[in-house]
Amino acid sequence: MVIRWLAILDRKLVRDLWHIRGQVLAIALVIAAGVATMVMATGTHRSLDETRAAYYDRYRFADIFAYANRAPEGMVGRLAEIPGVARAESRIVDTVLMDMPGIVEPVRGQVLSLPEDGVAALNAIVLRRGRLPSTHQPDEVVVSEAFAEAHDLLPGDALHANLNGRRRDLTVVGVALSPEFIYAIAPGDFVPDDRRFGILWMGRDALEAAYDLDGAFNNVSLAITRTAVEEDVIRAVDDILRPYGGIGAFGRDDHPSHAFIDGELEELEALTTVVPPIFLAVAAFLLNLVTGRLIDTEREQIGLMKAFGFTSAGVGWHYVKLVLVIAVLGIGIGFAGGYFTGRGLTALYGGFFRFPFLHFSLDTATFAAAGLISLAAAMAGALMAVRRAIALQPAVAMRPPPPASYKRTILDRLYLTWAFGSEGRMVLRHMLRWPLRSSLTALGIALSTALLISTLFFLDAMDEMLELFFFDNQRQDVTVSFTLPTEDAAAADLLHLPGVHAVELFRSVPARLINGPLRERMGITGRDPGATLTLITDVDGFDVELPSDGIVLNDALADDLDARVGDLLTVEILDGRQPTLTVPVSLVVREYVGRAAYMDRTALNRLVGDGQVASGAYLIVDSDQHDALFYDLTHSPAVEGVSRRRASFETFQQLIDQSMGTTVIVYIAFASLIAIGVVYNSARISLSERARELASMRVLGFYRREVAVLLLGELAALTLIAIPIGCVMGYYLASLMVQEFGNDVFRLPLIVETSTYAYAAIVVILASLFSGALVARRVARLDLIAVLKTRD
Amino acid sequence: MPGAGAVIDSGDRAGSEDLTFSIRGLTKVYHMGETSVHALRGVDLDLPTGEFVVLLGPSGSGKSTLLNIVGGLDRPTDGTVSFRGRTLGDLSEGALNRFRRDHVGFIFQFYNLMPSLTARENVGLVAELARNPMRPEDALALVGLTDWMDHFPAQLSGGQQQRVAVARAVAKRPEVLLCDEPTGALDSETGISVLEALTGVNRELGTTTIVITHNVVIADMADRVVTIADGAVHEVRRNDSPKQPSELAW
Repeated sequence: MVIRWLAILDRKLVRDLWHIRGQVLAIALVIAAGVATMVMATGTHRSLDETRAAYYDRYRFADIFAYANRAPEGMVGRLAEIPGVARAESRIVDTVLMDMPGIVEPVRGQVLSLPEDGVAALNAIVLRRGRLPSTHQPDEVVVSEAFAEAHDLLPGDALHANLNGRRRDLTVVGVALSPEFIYAIAPGDFVPDDRRFGILWMGRDALEAAYDLDGAFNNVSLAITRTAVEEDVIRAVDDILRPYGGIGAFGRDDHPSHAFIDGELEELEALTTVVPPIFLAVAAFLLNLVTGRLIDTEREQIGLMKAFGFTSAGVGWHYVKLVLVIAVLGIGIGFAGGYFTGRGLTALYGGFFRFPFLHFSLDTATFAAAGLISLAAAMAGALMAVRRAIALQPAVAMRPPPPASYKRTILDRLYLTWAFGSEGRMVLRHMLRWPLRSSLTALGIALSTALLISTLFFLDAMDEMLELFFFDNQRQDVTVSFTLPTEDAAAADLLHLPGVHAVELFRSVPARLINGPLRERMGITGRDPGATLTLITDVDGFDVELPSDGIVLNDALADDLDARVGDLLTVEILDGRQPTLTVPVSLVVREYVGRAAYMDRTALNRLVGDGQVASGAYLIVDSDQHDALFYDLTHSPAVEGVSRRRASFETFQQLIDQSMGTTVIVYIAFASLIAIGVVYNSARISLSERARELASMRVLGFYRREVAVLLLGELAALTLIAIPIGCVMGYYLASLMVQEFGNDVFRLPLIVETSTYAYAAIVVILASLFSGALVARRVARLDLIAVLKTRD
Repeated sequence: MPGAGAVIDSGDRAGSEDLTFSIRGLTKVYHMGETSVHALRGVDLDLPTGEFVVLLGPSGSGKSTLLNIVGGLDRPTDGTVSFRGRTLGDLSEGALNRFRRDHVGFIFQFYNLMPSLTARENVGLVAELARNPMRPEDALALVGLTDWMDHFPAQLSGGQQQRVAVARAVAKRPEVLLCDEPTGALDSETGISVLEALTGVNRELGTTTIVITHNVVIADMADRVVTIADGAVHEVRRNDSPKQPSELAW
């Protein structure tokens, strides 16, 4: 036996630990949950960050991207000469519509050219299957892996696409990934829909021919040197491309895929700041409780040890070691748990983001930080109790502690205790006898309730957000976007299409909004007054009528620009004549989804100077005429894309269900751990303190059940007191989460449904009952005779 | 002391008919690892109703084991204990609990009061269990604690605490009062006040009272003195002229 090799005092330690093993495990698991969250979130963050960096590096993800209408190929040389530019490569990038079996509406896609020599200087693709298109085969196409998987496309399969309004029968020759589409979102969407949006790569010659861009390009990517100032390069690129219909270059921050991953990484960071402290605080309290009780029961032994000549420091160290063992056990479990959940989460992200490789990596610093913080929390928790052991005088310690003295409580004075009966009075007085411990126990239970609420509320918030965004704000069945700005007469044409009942036009103009040093690249949406198919609804529920002049920002964009009503924004329109204007902010509206800028369509058109035109239309259509309508739309060269509101909603919801489902289960488990840890430890300590009292009652003829009620009544009372407090704390924790987790894609509304409170309460009550049942079994095992033979 | 005398007389005449406990061949073996300890080795004993019995014996003689089995806290390895004709050994765990609840009052060396209840509430707690209890106030009056009813145990002296325990034990009007070293933790003066409370109850309620002690002096106040040694009954002695507790001194 290992135990033989230990010093005598350490043998005592091992046996003490074994004696309270249930409590040790419960506390270790609470510590483990905190450590695991830290390791998991940090590890996943690091892994995603490093994987993305390595991917970008290996496949040469560009730093700056720019679109133009048609720029001569010779301009690439001039772009490459801009100071700070390391490399420039031109491309042809455009939208396509595809007929995909099983989907009624035309499927949107983006087509990008590949250099004819096959080696892209920037944004290289990662061929996963098949080969690149051959030079002499203009109908060969490489498709993105996610899209290929969603449609079971393999090399050799046919693909029907509309390129520049002309139907083409293409052949899939390869399947690929790209650093540009780690997260592939269709323009105007918020989440990827692999069935309804795909990326295609074709040979440069084939696309030049298809889009009438011989010797020209409409897209350029640039890599910049380490020392270059991105903003300066962007300005220079804009100057060069403006005559060719350049619509404003942008950096990685405005790149949809890159920005979205940044948002996810921020959320992972937020996770490490909010959640682990809760667990560690609870663990510290539990350690205080357990060490304190152990030291109380071992008073005489402590006195004896000191009388034999052990130093106070030695005795203190003995108990510190006990805490260390528990903490180290918890940290160990947390390391393992964090490692595996981190791998799991990284893999989950890997399915969600498209990486060619995914390294789960954790550095020793992460482990060290998580370990040290947890150790510190554990020691802080136990310090008070250990100090008591150090301070005990041997002579005092060897006398039994004075009997627990109870006093009449305020409730007695109010004669309220008479309403409780003897058991009720005992429960009540015991609770009030140790008010600090009782309140901390209640606080622990409240924290687990709060943690559950702050997790489960995500589902409520998402529901509310989706409801508002997809149903209250949007009434249209289908959104059509036009290839080019189109005269208002298009509305009449659309009305003639099969099944179309109503049409409302909108205008969308790319622009750069500038407020002092802050600049954001945004589309400005122009809407007609009195439009009813889409509404701008403030989160408070009122519909916003657009003022006839000025610009309306939503809160996310206003925050990014630090703009308030009345501020004058510089607006660089990145379309048409590309005027630069000064526009006042007329309203800031609070929205949950995306960033947005709105203007009256007529006012917007006037500013841009295009005449009365539209970029697209919202339609109300008969669902039984979908096939005919979508056929016509797919085959119209004027139509760039079509999206169905119902489909967008379902995709969004599916994504949330997938990603939130796992998280919610993990958090329910974590919160239950806290509840069980707190209730179980409190009950065990109560049992140990009151064993004699409870055994006496058994001897006096009370049934086990009655005695258990006395023991568990206190915990039941504390649980019931804690739950409403936990609900309030949960609400505030949820509001903290709302602040921490807001990003450009969506903000969470602070909505906590009654059912969420109820659900959290039920989980906590179940966890308490479970712990109670564990301890109640011990009431049955009370040694009635032994307890009567000994003093307290 | 006509009352007590009448009880003793009836005990004599009734023989086996009016016995509270009839114990036959009672054996208790504790197995502790590889060794066995014979706590009781075939005890035969009859305890007539209404008597004040003192069990004398040195530590480890088995008297506490005997009391625990008689009180339904422990089960014998062999032999029988019958309480008014019912064999305790046949009772289930729940029924034993019922037996303790309905028929037995316990008094312990260390009082075992609920620290969070006042004297009155401690008595009331047990009275709640009984079918025909005394009022807690009456029970406390019986032991002379009327003025201390609303004090918590920590506010009472040892003797006072033990008298609360006596009041608690008698409040449910048990047939049997089992006292394990009731004065063991008390000085002589307070010990005597507790013994007075016990004899008072015995006299007024006719409760069969069994007191364990190793204090030989207390035997002088008993109706019957049973000496236990080495797990067996060494001697049963009738005491025809029991003393008053106030006449004792140690």
